[in-house]
Order: sequence, then C-alpha cells, then structure tokens
Amino acid sequence: MLLRHTPKEIPERKALAINPAKTCQPIGAMYAALGIHGCLPYSHGSQGCCAYHRSTLTRHYKEPVSAATSSFTEGASVFGGQANLLQGINNIFTVYEPDVIAVHTTCLSETIGDDLPQIRKKAIMEGKIPEGKYVLGASTPSYSGSHVTGFSTMVKSMVEFSERTDKKNGKINIIPGWVEPSDMEEIKRMAQLTGVETIIFPDTSGVLNGPMTGKYKMFPDGGTTIEELKSTGDSIGTLALGEWCSAAAARELDKKCKVPCKGLDMPFGLQATDRFVDALRTIAGVSVSDELSFERGQLVDLITDMHQYFYKKKVAIAGDPDQVIAMVEFLVSIDMCPVHIVTGTPGKKFEKRIKELTEGMGIDVNVKAKGDLFLLHQWMKNEPVDLLICNSYGKYMARDEDVPLIRWGFPILDRQGHQYFPTVGYKGGLRLLEKILNALLDRKDRDDPETSFELVL
Amino acid sequence: MTEIKEKLVQWDPADIKSKLIAKYPPKVARKRAKQIMINEALENETPEITANVRTIPGIITMRGCTYAGCKGVIMGPTRDIVNLVHGPIGCSFYAWLTRRNQTDAGENGENYIPYAFSTDMQEQDIIFGGEKKLTTAIQEAYDIFHPKSIAIFATCPVGLIGDDIHTVARLMKEKFGDCNVYAFSCEGYKGVSQSAGHHIANNQVFRHIVGENDEVKPGKFKINLLGEYNIGGDGFEIDRIFKKCGITCISTFSGNATYDQFASAHTADLNAVMCHRSINYVADMLETKYGIPWVKVNFIGAQSTAKSLRKIAAYFDDKELIAQVEKVIAEEMPEVETAAAEVRTRTEGKTAMLFVGASRAHHYQGLFNEMGMKVISAGYEFAHRDDYEGRQVLPLKVDADSRNIEEIEVEADETRYAPRKTPEQMAELEKAGMDFKNYNGLIPDMEKGTLIIDDLNQYEAEKLVELMKPDIFCAGIKEKFSIMKLGIPMKQLHSYDSGGPYAGFKGAVNFYQEIDRLTSSKVWAYLKAPWQENPELTAAYVWE
Repeated sequence: MLLRHTPKEIPERKALAINPAKTCQPIGAMYAALGIHGCLPYSHGSQGCCAYHRSTLTRHYKEPVSAATSSFTEGASVFGGQANLLQGINNIFTVYEPDVIAVHTTCLSETIGDDLPQIRKKAIMEGKIPEGKYVLGASTPSYSGSHVTGFSTMVKSMVEFSERTDKKNGKINIIPGWVEPSDMEEIKRMAQLTGVETIIFPDTSGVLNGPMTGKYKMFPDGGTTIEELKSTGDSIGTLALGEWCSAAAARELDKKCKVPCKGLDMPFGLQATDRFVDALRTIAGVSVSDELSFERGQLVDLITDMHQYFYKKKVAIAGDPDQVIAMVEFLVSIDMCPVHIVTGTPGKKFEKRIKELTEGMGIDVNVKAKGDLFLLHQWMKNEPVDLLICNSYGKYMARDEDVPLIRWGFPILDRQGHQYFPTVGYKGGLRLLEKILNALLDRKDRDDPETSFELVL
Repeated sequence: MTEIKEKLVQWDPADIKSKLIAKYPPKVARKRAKQIMINEALENETPEITANVRTIPGIITMRGCTYAGCKGVIMGPTRDIVNLVHGPIGCSFYAWLTRRNQTDAGENGENYIPYAFSTDMQEQDIIFGGEKKLTTAIQEAYDIFHPKSIAIFATCPVGLIGDDIHTVARLMKEKFGDCNVYAFSCEGYKGVSQSAGHHIANNQVFRHIVGENDEVKPGKFKINLLGEYNIGGDGFEIDRIFKKCGITCISTFSGNATYDQFASAHTADLNAVMCHRSINYVADMLETKYGIPWVKVNFIGAQSTAKSLRKIAAYFDDKELIAQVEKVIAEEMPEVETAAAEVRTRTEGKTAMLFVGASRAHHYQGLFNEMGMKVISAGYEFAHRDDYEGRQVLPLKVDADSRNIEEIEVEADETRYAPRKTPEQMAELEKAGMDFKNYNGLIPDMEKGTLIIDDLNQYEAEKLVELMKPDIFCAGIKEKFSIMKLGIPMKQLHSYDSGGPYAGFKGAVNFYQEIDRLTSSKVWAYLKAPWQENPELTAAYVWE
C-alpha cells in the first residue's frame, strides 16, 4: 500500500493539511503571465519559489518555462527587496529583452511589506524600463487563497493595459480561466465557428504546447499581445469563464472601461458549453453555425449511445472550483453520481453550488472547499466509488483502492495529451466521455468473469 | 571521429567565455567572469573560482532555496519521519514526491514518503503568529500516525514573523515522550542556494538524532553511507553490492533512511562520503564526537565503484573482506565491460556538458569516460570552492551570507568517543594511500581547455550549447526542454528523468544504455519537414 497510514476513521483536523488539493498563489500568477506574448514572469521573493513553480509547470507541460526571480537573501529580507527588483528589471531588459515583465509577489515579499507599485514607479523614474516595454504587477501572497487566486489576480492585473477609445472594436473578450493551452485554442475555434471576433486573455496556446524545430524561442509566437490587451477596453463585452478564475478581471474591465461582462461556468460538458455558445451568439448577435450544432449533436449521440455505462456510477473528484463545478454538472447530466467532491481553494460558494447541482441525484454527497486529498481518500474508504477524477496525485489513492483514475486538472505529471487535446466544448466533451468510458470499460474487461466476458460493449 | 575533432577545434575557450558574458550589464559581466574558469589543469596550482555567492536578481538561475536543500534533499528521502512543513501550502506541495527518492518499507513498515504535511498558514497566522497552529498540527499528526519522529521545517514567513519553532518542537517532544520532535530553521531566503539548507539539516540531524540509539548492530564491517539519496534506486544498488561484499551499512544519509538508522550512525566504524557538498558536515562531526574517520567514495561509474569498494576494504584491512571485494568486482565487471564495449562503437568521442549539483557534475564524468565520451564543460549549481578545487582551500572566507548559517561546535563525547584506529594504524593507512578526510574536487579531473562554470544560468546554457554543440547536455528539469528545443539531447542528472539506478555496476550499464539511446537515436533527425529541407518547387516535375 502506498498511502498505508491513511485511516478509515475521520477525526477532525484543525491545523494539519495532508496531501493538499491546492498549491500557492504565485504559480497561478506565473501560468497566467505566460499567456501574454513576449512576457517574462518574475517572482519577487526567494529563488526557491521560482524554481519550484518553473519545475512544476515544466513537468506538467514538458515545455520550457522561463521565469526570473529577485533571489532574496537574508539581507534583502531584512532591508526590503527593492534593490533586488530594480536590479532584476534592469538585467532582464538587457539580457532577455522581453516586451513585458509580469512581477508577482510571494509570502516573503508580502510579509516584509514590499510595495510593488512604489518599486515600479521608482523603476520608471530611474529609466530602468525601456521605451515601449512594460512591467506588470500582481500581489499574490502564498498565505491566502490558492494557485487559482494567484491566477485570477494576475489576469485582473492585465486589465491595466486596457484602453478605452471612442471606437468599439466589434470584438468580444473571452477570459478563459485556468485551462490548458489546447482548451484556449478550442475556445478560439468555437468562437470562430460562431463567427465572433474575440480577444482571449490570457492565452497560453502556442506558448506551452510548442513544436520541436531545433530552435529555442524564449518567447514563443503564442500569447495575447499587448495590442490586444489594450484593445480589450473597446470590446463589445466580456465573457468570464469561471467565477474563481476570471470574474475579477471581467469586473475590473467593466469598472475601468465600461465593457459589460457576463460570468459563465467553464465550458466543460454539454450544458455549460451550451450556455457558453448561447451567450456568445447573443452578445455578438449572430446565429450559431451548423458545424457547431453538428458537434453538439455528436456529443449528445455518444451520451445516449453509451448511457448504460454511465448510469449511477459513483465518482470521487478533486480539482479546482471552476473546473469541478462544471465537471459535476456534466456528470450529473449523464446520470453519473459524483459523491465525494473536494477542492483545496477556499470559498463557501463552492459547497453551495455543488449541493445545488447534486440535489436531484438522490444520494448524499460529501463536499468540501478547502479540503485535501487525504480527506477525499478517507471518504473513498468509507463509501467506495467506481471512478476517481483527479490530478496525478490521485494515482496513489487509485492504486490503493483499486479504482480507475482519470487524470484531469493540475498538475498532470505522468501522462501527456492535456496540452494538445482539449476537454472544453463539445469536442472536449467527446474526449472526456472517451476517457470515462475507457476507464470504466477497461476495468470491466479486467474484472468480468470469463463466462460473461464480452466482445461487444 | 573526424567530425568530433572538427568540433573540438571549432572553439577557443577564451572566446567562448567572452561571448557568454558579452551581453551582460557591466556589473553582471564582472561577477560572472569570476565564476567562469578556463581549466588549465595545473598540477599543483589550482586556479581560483568564485562559488557559493549570491545569485544575480533577474538572471534566470538553476538554483533553488535553503528549504529545498534541507527538506527536499536531506530530510525528504527519510521514510518513517513525518516531515511537517510550517508555512503556506506551496512549499510542502512542490516538494511532494517530485525528487524520485525510492523507498521500501516492506509489508508492514512505515513510509510517509507519499504524504505531504503542511500547516497551510493563512493570513491570520502571519499576523498573529503561527505557533499555536503548529502545535495543533503536530498534535494531530501524532494522534493520526503515531510516528517515531516529527520534523518541522520553517518556510520564509516563519522566520520573519518570529515563530519559535524550536521551543514548540521541544515542548511537544516532552509532552509525547515517545516521539522525537525537532525543527529546522531552513527559511528559503537563507544562504545563497540549497547548500545552506544541507548544512542546516546536517546540524539538526546531528544534534537531535545521531547518538540516540547505542544498541550495537550486528556486522563485522560497519559503515555509514553519507550523501546518497536513493534517487531512481541508486541506494538500493549500492546496498546490493555492500551485501554481496559483506559490508554492513548502519545508516544511509538519507536515501530510504529511517530514524533509527540516523540514531545509530555513531556505532559504525567508517563514514563513506558520496556527495561531499551536502553531507561533509555530518562526516566531520561524527569524527570529532565519536572518532569515526571518513573517506570520500564515489559509486557512480564502474571504475569508481570498484575503487571505492577497495578503499573501504583497505580501511578495514581484513584479508577476507579484501578477497571478497575482489571477487565481487570480478563477478560484476564482465557485464559492465560488455555493455560499455557495445555502446562505445557509437558513443566514442562524443561530447557532454554537466551542470548539476555539487558532486554529480564531477561523479558522472567517470561514467562518460567509460563510454569514451569527453566532458567539455561542467559546473555546479550550489557548490563551494572546495568542491571545485579540493579541501586544501579550506577554511573558506566567511561572507555576509555564509555567516548566517550556524556552525555547531562539537566536542569528543565523554563516554562514546572511540578512535576506530590507532594513530599508528592511521599513519600506515595514509602511507599506503588512504586519503582520509579529503576531497580533491572537480577541477583536477577535467582536461585543459575545458570550461568550468559555477551557477550556470539559462542564457549562458543556451549560448554554450550553440557555440560548443555538445552531443548531450545534463542538468535539471527547468533546463531540460529549452535545451531539447535546440535539438540537443538532454538528461536530467538530479532526478534522472524516469530512469535509474545509475550507481554501482548495474547502474553503470543502465547509464551507458540511456546515454546511447539519447545520443544515437534517429528521433533527433525529424526536426525538419521535407519541404523545409528542400523548399524549392522543382520536385513537382516528378508528377509529370
């Protein structure tokens, strides 16, 4: 047994987190910043943070992840990190020549009270930021929120670029939230099929799923450009996908440039995708293409064709709030039963929303925001499930409890595909169903007795 | 071979060095120039390199932090200690199962390696202090798991807000009675790299665990293996060889190690030091307090493994052991030699670069040499000058950063100090070539004209690869894919990608085959599409 010390009994824990279902804010800020074209993320703290975040993102994407750090020493921690940051900015613009440096803070620089806006002002005054180059800042202390909060905060700070001119650009802003590069690409494709011009930010497609060419581009071709970010202020409206990831930026843009916004769930599964496409159509005033309707029909087709294998199957899920909410809705919509649901990110709304979504299921549901995988595992020991949906850390529970696992979420350190094949939209829904069916049916083929082992399923 | 020779004459090291630093602001260039050395391979006079100095803000470094060195490297591989991280969630999360330390606790043994423990500090803990939460977390860990020992690790904010983790640990230890609790002040901002964390871990392990169990363990030739972390199963392979030779390993620091192994370390008769940088402090302290001498060993590479085994046998000066070691080497070597000969037809003359750790960039050169490959540039991420130039440069100048890392004063133990050898025996062994308490460093083993670079960064790595075109580049995960994008095979020598073991005899065979796979594969030939190779449209006539 891998997790051999995990007991079935569940004593209350007030202070000890075991096997977390979240990580800290700065990595989210770093991921978001990689979605700006020509941007070098910058961690204002001790160099270990930056090393850990780069390592985790690199393992997840199997792609280069460049980011710099203030490399605090004990001296900087006592006297403040201003000198380090100023020196860092100067070195970066000289050596790496990015268009933007996106600085995020850490628990270290926040605890000592470094004032990012003030340091940036000083950098501008001292001429450390060359003409036409930018330094962006986000306050992301590791001791509040989670990696999701850090992502949201960095996206919100991108709104700083937005400018409002008198002329609307006829576009719709889409804030996709923390999804994979492949998902961002798919969202763009769906908008294109609907005939809607969009600005999507951040956009890591083409950044973290790049080709092998024999050339290393420190700043790949992908990413939302500064011009696009500026133009977001002139868009017709903003669709914010995911309350936790994207709403803050959309509201900020509304406040700053009067771009109206609509919050939606992330478009995972049938109904959330329907709402996304419908919103897109309504705001842009276009009709949905036959091609997209065809894709939708294919998804419904697979759901109805294979419904017998989904029906009443119990599922345990861990992941980030926006993703898990959409996934739970999808599972419930195909008559599966998500029974144990955990997210590491705090937020009471999460539990409320899950309770609403699972209300008609007729089974008691365990749900916890700010939970951890240790708790999820204990729930699984008490009430076994047919399927586990989790990031790669789920494989330890899956093996111990002999439950099939679908890797979904962040980080995925031991399988590939997430950067190339989307799980959003109708096409992504097909992929999710394929994954679910493969997991369940491979298990069935393994476990069925020879007498009832079947060729046709 | 002709192709290789061309490659070697293509560059002049002084020219490479100047190109590496040309783009830097003047201050950065001056600093980096001192950390880039053209090896002159002088016999007695080692040129000086600057190492263990601050990383330059903004320059994309390979280095990690003190917490990573303490919790990640030294204490992480232990399996029956609950390693509880006091801080915001990230630090515990990132160090969770990512270093590929293998463990084997058998059917019923304790193994907390698959777990991550954290106090998950929140804003109110930062404002009002986290001691209370830490106390509760320790209690909860004790109540759920009943471990032998709980280790507390401080992350950046802990030191800044002044949580007294050592007092919390002491009080909980007293309260439990059957669980040793101790803490490490390994805040990430201390020191200039992971290295400070190694030192902090060494100090606390020695202070709180070593010497706790006086029980005499069975075995005739008892050693400790220091600085071996069982990444990819290296430690298991070394254990296999020890067992075959009849050598008893009392304690490994710290691959697959248990609390009791550390507690019994003072009962061994020799300390064999693998990774000099991370663990030499414990070796020195074990000698001073208990009278156990130490020698440097290296189980990376078949030749080095054989040499290290002979060194241990010579130390015990026992005919049977010496004979058994020779027998084991004779048994193991044919397979290794066959494998080496097989790959050499393809690897001979190829070139490698190694930028990793503070021993692996040295240790792995032996393996490459066994394959007929040449290391043209190497350096460490977090080494000190003695790792480059040898321990004769000690003591090193104390600077503003190293001053903050505690040096603990150790004296001979009143009752348990027992020199393992008489001064005459020691003198005789030394006369016969036994090199006690010594490490010669990386520089003497590298050829003239090679480049030795401390704290190599991303920019320099890319430049170096472009200019010198090695056949393989070895570093860590952060460097891996930017190098691969250039079309150069890359091998992680921190965590071995998905491979290993590479230590010992079986490990050598694994490594030869892995490097052969990387440097001889056809997959690197697909970078260009046919229409990129031949963009002209004349091919269209083929249709006619």
